[in-house]
Amino acid sequence: MSFIEFVSKNYNEILKSLVRHIELVGISILIGILISIPLGIFLTRHKRVAGPVLALAGTIQTIPGLVMLGFALVLIGIGMLPAIIVLTLYAILPILRNTYTGITEVDKSYTEASRGIGMTNMQTLFKVEIPIALPTIITGIRLSTVYIVSWATLAGLIGAGGLGDLIWTGLSTYNTKYILAGAVPSAILAFILNGLIGLLERILTPRGLRRSRI
Amino acid sequence: MIKFQNVSKCYGHTAILKNISFDIKQGEFVVLIGPSGCGKTTTLKTINRLIEPDNGKIFIDGKDITKANPVELRRTIGYVIQQIGLFPNMTVEQNISIVPKLLKYPKQKCQEIVQDLLALVDMPYEENAHKYPTELSGGQQQRIGVLRALAASPPIILMDEPFGALDPITRDSLQEEIKRIQKKLKKTIVFVTHDMDEALRLADTIIFMNNGKIVQMASPEEMLQNPADSIIKSFLGKHMDNGNGVPKLFAEDFMKTKVFKVPRTSRTLECIKLMSSKDVNSLVVLNDDDTYLGTVSIEDIKALGKPGKEIAELVTNDVITVSRKEGAQIAFDKLLSSKSNYVIVLNDNQTVAGLITRTSMAKALGEALWGEVL
Repeated sequence: MSFIEFVSKNYNEILKSLVRHIELVGISILIGILISIPLGIFLTRHKRVAGPVLALAGTIQTIPGLVMLGFALVLIGIGMLPAIIVLTLYAILPILRNTYTGITEVDKSYTEASRGIGMTNMQTLFKVEIPIALPTIITGIRLSTVYIVSWATLAGLIGAGGLGDLIWTGLSTYNTKYILAGAVPSAILAFILNGLIGLLERILTPRGLRRSRI
Repeated sequence: MIKFQNVSKCYGHTAILKNISFDIKQGEFVVLIGPSGCGKTTTLKTINRLIEPDNGKIFIDGKDITKANPVELRRTIGYVIQQIGLFPNMTVEQNISIVPKLLKYPKQKCQEIVQDLLALVDMPYEENAHKYPTELSGGQQQRIGVLRALAASPPIILMDEPFGALDPITRDSLQEEIKRIQKKLKKTIVFVTHDMDEALRLADTIIFMNNGKIVQMASPEEMLQNPADSIIKSFLGKHMDNGNGVPKLFAEDFMKTKVFKVPRTSRTLECIKLMSSKDVNSLVVLNDDDTYLGTVSIEDIKALGKPGKEIAELVTNDVITVSRKEGAQIAFDKLLSSKSNYVIVLNDNQTVAGLITRTSMAKALGEALWGEVL
């Protein structure tokens, strides 16, 4: 039985896993964004705590995914919830760091001008700092997304489903077709999301900041 | 209009402003000048409360500014900085209309303001309003920076070394423009610079500061005649007519008057002959009425010329010209920033008076320093 035949025979199962995979990635990235961007902005206003917070986020990043999932399994149990919590933790750092550096690196001349002409702090943030930092922030989201797609395959281990299910089934039964049926869509998904967010980045970059003009 | 009353400011143990008091009248162009660290920028920034003084009071139109909301205060005071600070994510139009929008002017009104202001600096609306700052030259960017400060018609404009980062030629024309605009719109301008030329050219009143104190506050003429301190003398430098200063020089004082000129109707071969006999590699070309047309170089003739062709077709206009009454320093700046080896000095009627080469410039400098040299 060829791989193509295998895929067409198990089409529904693969599709279901793929949809679940997208759910896992989508939800954890979304929560990651909702936490990291406001937190990153907060840190730019309170630089004294920025160091420790970024170091903590960096440390979380270094804990192996398997260990983290193990903890989540023990503390919370199986299913989607622990998987989403773990993936969200991993999604935070790149977005947080890029939000922080993106805004911190906005040239001082812009913020001095905005204050000097009478913008409030909020107006400076929303009209000047965020638009200028937006490309950097979206790059952070893109980085997070691409590797959360691959890390989400681990979620299969704690019963959260997704393409990881197929891969683990294949690994435990020495069935390469199962492994490929999980790995190939996962790779394609990462590729497509990378492209889509890259496109979004280009659309959302203010025209005056684009390098190559149309 | 603006009144400083015993204003002091310290950073840690360093006193930046020591008990400063002065008055600025409505419509006055005041230039703050002094060596770096003298407190001139700090003084400027206390006016729109970007810096809060430790002691003393500042009044605008009799009102204590510490009683005002700083954000609202700043919207009524124009502000131009050296780094320009045009928002790169906004078009020229959006940048100019930003303060009117903060003040919630109607849309129609904002657009009228942008059109009027762009007309003021000869940048047509259709051509420029929708450009982004990166699409403009440095000089154009700072013009827009000035317009942004003017947009909500504030009576007072603060300018913090606005032309410091521009090349000398652009700086010249922006200085002229800002003086013209100030007279036309009757603004009160407080302008920080470390360039005495700029101060003398623009100011109604110069406030000279050193070590956090005002050394002298006077009109340019008075400061030139009676500088209060040796440090002011050293700042005035070449502008001083007597004393230890170097005499005031003009372009005509050090130009070479031996210039090889040809009429526009001469032929290429004549020109080449003249060049080789006089051992020069370019000639000044004149119109029929002897006014300056341009220059022609041996390279141009070699590259494009055919024997017997009229020289007028090969004339280029990229050599910079100055008037014979132009200040020496400006002429030097132009020469040093120009690509060619010389600048042409013109009489008032546009005929050629002479030219300044790097050699004649060096000779003039030597004479000013050591007296007559060979």
